[in-house]
Amino acid sequence: MSGNETGRAGERLLSLRGISKKFGAVSALTDIELDVHAGEVVALVGDNGAGKSTLVKVLAGVHQPTAGTVEFMGREVTLDSPAAALNLGIATVFQDLALCENLDVVANLFLGHEMNPWQLDEVQMEVRAWTLLRELAARIPSVREPVASLSGGQRQTVAIARSLLLSPKVIMLDEPTAALGVAQTAEVLNLIERVRDRGLGVIIISHNMEDVRAVADRIVVLRLGRNNGVFTPDASNHELVAAITGATENAVSRRESRKAAEVTE
Amino acid sequence: MSNQPQKPLAPKALDRADERVRNDDSIAGALRGFLDRVRSGDLGILPVAVGLVVISVVFSMLNPVFLAPNNLVNLLFDCATVGVISLGIVCVLMLGEIDLSVGSMSGLASAMVGVLWVNMGWPIPVAIGAALIAGAVIGFIYATLYTRLGMPSFIATLAGLLAILGMQLYILGPTGSINLPYASPLVRFGQLMVMPAWFSHAVALLPGIVLLLTGLGTAARRRAAGLTAQPMSLLLIKAGVLTAALEFAVWYLNLGRGVPWMFGLFALLVVVLQYALTRTKWGRSLFAVGGNREAARRSGINVRRIYYSAFMLCSTLAALGGVLAAARLASSSQQAGTGDVNLNAIAAAVIGGTSLFGGRGSAWAALLGIIVIQAISNGLTLLNLSSSLRYMITGGVLAIAVIVDSLARQSRVTHGRG
Ligand SMILES: Nc1ncnc2c1ncn2[C@@H]1O[C@H](COP(=O)(O)OP(=O)(O)O)[C@@H](O)[C@H]1O
Ligand SMILES: [Mg+2]
Repeated sequence: MSGNETGRAGERLLSLRGISKKFGAVSALTDIELDVHAGEVVALVGDNGAGKSTLVKVLAGVHQPTAGTVEFMGREVTLDSPAAALNLGIATVFQDLALCENLDVVANLFLGHEMNPWQLDEVQMEVRAWTLLRELAARIPSVREPVASLSGGQRQTVAIARSLLLSPKVIMLDEPTAALGVAQTAEVLNLIERVRDRGLGVIIISHNMEDVRAVADRIVVLRLGRNNGVFTPDASNHELVAAITGATENAVSRRESRKAAEVTE
Repeated sequence: MSNQPQKPLAPKALDRADERVRNDDSIAGALRGFLDRVRSGDLGILPVAVGLVVISVVFSMLNPVFLAPNNLVNLLFDCATVGVISLGIVCVLMLGEIDLSVGSMSGLASAMVGVLWVNMGWPIPVAIGAALIAGAVIGFIYATLYTRLGMPSFIATLAGLLAILGMQLYILGPTGSINLPYASPLVRFGQLMVMPAWFSHAVALLPGIVLLLTGLGTAARRRAAGLTAQPMSLLLIKAGVLTAALEFAVWYLNLGRGVPWMFGLFALLVVVLQYALTRTKWGRSLFAVGGNREAARRSGINVRRIYYSAFMLCSTLAALGGVLAAARLASSSQQAGTGDVNLNAIAAAVIGGTSLFGGRGSAWAALLGIIVIQAISNGLTLLNLSSSLRYMITGGVLAIAVIVDSLARQSRVTHGRG
């Protein structure tokens, strides 16, 4: 990773105020508030359908918010296309990865940002691809095979590598470790810490509370499209689960208390 | 930052670091790689090459005139007109879209040249320019209907087919046919003009030289960057075979009238489009949008602009094909662009290996495909078969090409090659 040192630590990079998104009659997001600072990892957690991916897509310029404002580095911005978000320095690893299966790894990494538009510099792009993939400790045998031939985990690595390519200021990862093995997950978590230390703002979505606690500076909970609390990583599992599910009495807490009871017996 | 424990002792090329990758750097390796690709459904130009050999053998047995130099020269004249149209088809097929009105568009362009130049006395270049602009405008309309209104290109261009045919008949008026002067440069270009023998031989050297030089340059840069490169020997063999084949073809054609300039123009357009498709950001974006439109959009590609460029290029090339057809026939008539022009242009692209499903194709596809189509048509004409039979046979060939495409696609999916 080459790339610039971004922002003084603590500078506010992203600031969302009152973001709402309706899909027809469905309110996927309502009045969302979110801040991301330089050198900070914000974990976005919530049950399935809570609106996490929708929020990420709004910030990536894929969906336009129905209401609300987004400030980026102190200026109000309109994210009316993915290109706009990328140009500002907001990179995204989408949950569905969004790779072109008919193109090879190099082409996918550089898609939309090829070196030398009128005479593609394949050699430089390939070298850069290998370096980037090595940093991620990716196990990809050949970067000249179509992405269709890669495994789920390999594709995920390609998607992550792609988000780093443009030296972004904010990087959003929507369930980046879902398809990864043990070693690769650790590698991605390391990577998140590295980019955080370089002063990037990171938003990570994950269902794995252990991973979330390991890297997050703040944990933002969404529930049914609304903010439902902000926690520090040392918050108890019980608190988090309660915020996520919206009930203090739930399957998880019952299970835990049963376990606890069994231990004390 | 790299913490791979198995750091090799001898510095290994970046792209050979993974022990699972077979070393395909030798000539045998290249051959093995090719066979693997074919087996997985990545057929490339193989079906066309096989098709051409079969066609040549069958037709020359039925009528030896088929392979006579002058018949092949005529074949090349015919290839240029529909071939140019087919290049545009490659662009829209690449996006998984279609333009069914290229035949009508070529007819309208041919009519415009006749009316503007012969009837109204405009200078030839201006008349041709007007025809090309008309093509661009119609492509613009298709792209607008597609990207703004979400109208499937299949429907929009089907409507266009009829509307444009109407325009063609309208501007030709009641006489319905305009003869272009035989002595004019345009008609001579379409019927007579061939390259001087020395020039055609020189041109035939070019591809080999370019292949060799760019190949050597790339190999040097790849080695300098720590990547593996094609071995010198393989490059030399490729360039040698290519040059020998082209020089032989040119020599043979020069036994007859020679290499038509019009075919030269077509070949030039093929090279330019091939370059644009494989070596520019625009071409890469075309593949990306055809492969996964949403992924392309999320990478920051202006998808709408890509659709506009493809549809406009397609209609403009169709118009150019129409101008060439007018030159070839020395007339602008109501029949221009009707009949099998549409299907031949589409068939040529598909037979050459451009997928109807989008995301794969090449300009070579149009070149090779149109040679196959015209060879069949020419051979059947030599056998004095009626056009009814010719249509049926060409239709059958197209069906086979589409079946091969579908089967190859299924195979690619199961072999994980997109
Ligand atoms: N493109 C869309 N059209 C309609 N509804 C959508 C769309 N995308 C998401 N939704 C709805 O928005 C809600 C939130 O979805 P999502 O953001 O994907 O949740 P998650 O937190 O699991 O990522 C869901 O109810 C989903 O059905
Ligand atoms: Mg999601």
